[in-house]
Amino acid sequence: MSKIQESVIIRTVVRIMVPFIELFALYVIMHGASGPGGGFQGGVIFGAAIILYAMIYGIANGKKKMSDSLDRILASTGLTIYAATGLACIAFGGMFLQYRAVPLLSDPAQVSKYLIDLVEIGIGITVLAVMISLFFDISPPEPEVEEAEE
Amino acid sequence: MSGMIDIVYAEYNYWIYVTLMMIGFYAMIAKKNLIKKVIGANIFQTAIFLFYISLADVTGGTAPIIVGHGGEHAEHAADVIYTNPVPHCLILTAIVVAVSTTAVALALIIRIYNEYGSLEEDVILAARRKLQPEFSEHARQKGVAEVSEQ
Amino acid sequence: MKTLALVVVLITGAMLIYAGHDLPAFGDINSTAYQAPMTQYFIEKSVPESGVPNIVTALLASYRGYDTLGETAVIFTAGMAVMLLLRRRET
Repeated sequence: MSKIQESVIIRTVVRIMVPFIELFALYVIMHGASGPGGGFQGGVIFGAAIILYAMIYGIANGKKKMSDSLDRILASTGLTIYAATGLACIAFGGMFLQYRAVPLLSDPAQVSKYLIDLVEIGIGITVLAVMISLFFDISPPEPEVEEAEE
Repeated sequence: MSGMIDIVYAEYNYWIYVTLMMIGFYAMIAKKNLIKKVIGANIFQTAIFLFYISLADVTGGTAPIIVGHGGEHAEHAADVIYTNPVPHCLILTAIVVAVSTTAVALALIIRIYNEYGSLEEDVILAARRKLQPEFSEHARQKGVAEVSEQ
Repeated sequence: MKTLALVVVLITGAMLIYAGHDLPAFGDINSTAYQAPMTQYFIEKSVPESGVPNIVTALLASYRGYDTLGETAVIFTAGMAVMLLLRRRET
């Protein structure tokens, strides 16, 4: 356990900030259609929140927040959401990823908007899972498991 | 003389990106340390991103997000100049690929360090040359030794 | 060896600076890339066609959706490759 992990200020600030960073990441993902943002950016911010927590509270506690199996499931879920959206467009008679072919709403541009949001969510899930798994894979093994402070 | 300065001023973005690219390129081909090579590749990629984004810029232009959609600030919608959105989109793709390649490169470097105990290119090449005839045999014996230690 | 590398790098840089004189000036609105019909089409038609005011998102997810699917696959594959290279065996 290094010196920076023992600092009370850093531990408290990280514990307070992590939910807000996650909230901001969700805002960036959902706001990607109408402002600056998108799935890649929001996914990286969400991953950074978990990575920050794992850096300060230890890898073992970070893995309690996001376990390896959940990570693998999320990484493939995001890609599946994206591909399934494209295949759904084929099922409704359009071409692959031709969003306006899906007859959900009367205005095809609105359908396209909501399906783009869905695609962005899929991208965000994949990116956040991959970012967290990259950090956990590259991090060195920790000898002892310490309890998280409540 | 002032004509020369005008030419340089109008194209100063190219000078900046060429300088950055030269730094990255030099690190890639002259440094022996593998981590430094990866850092050089990252600087090179950043130079290319800067080049594309500066090509997209238009004097007086705003970010490529349509003003006036949804009724806000609709009175300004007619006289807004947007910067070129196409290079932004290309570079968003390129950044993601850069992150992926960096992650895989760092993972390979960690494996190389575990195998050879060094990050210097000369040491690794010398070790490989020495091991080459019986390289697979060496790796197998090393694996057997590790398992028996545990 | 380092001198040779420096010479190569400087020659490449000089060639790029020389080639840069043919590129449009910084912030030039009359540049070929900005006045191209495709760029103007994206700026004018992205809202009526995809309903998304952010042109970059419309390009990324709608016009270039197939490319972005491949890109997501690339980052997924990178994660899997790092996992295969480094993950320690769970004992």
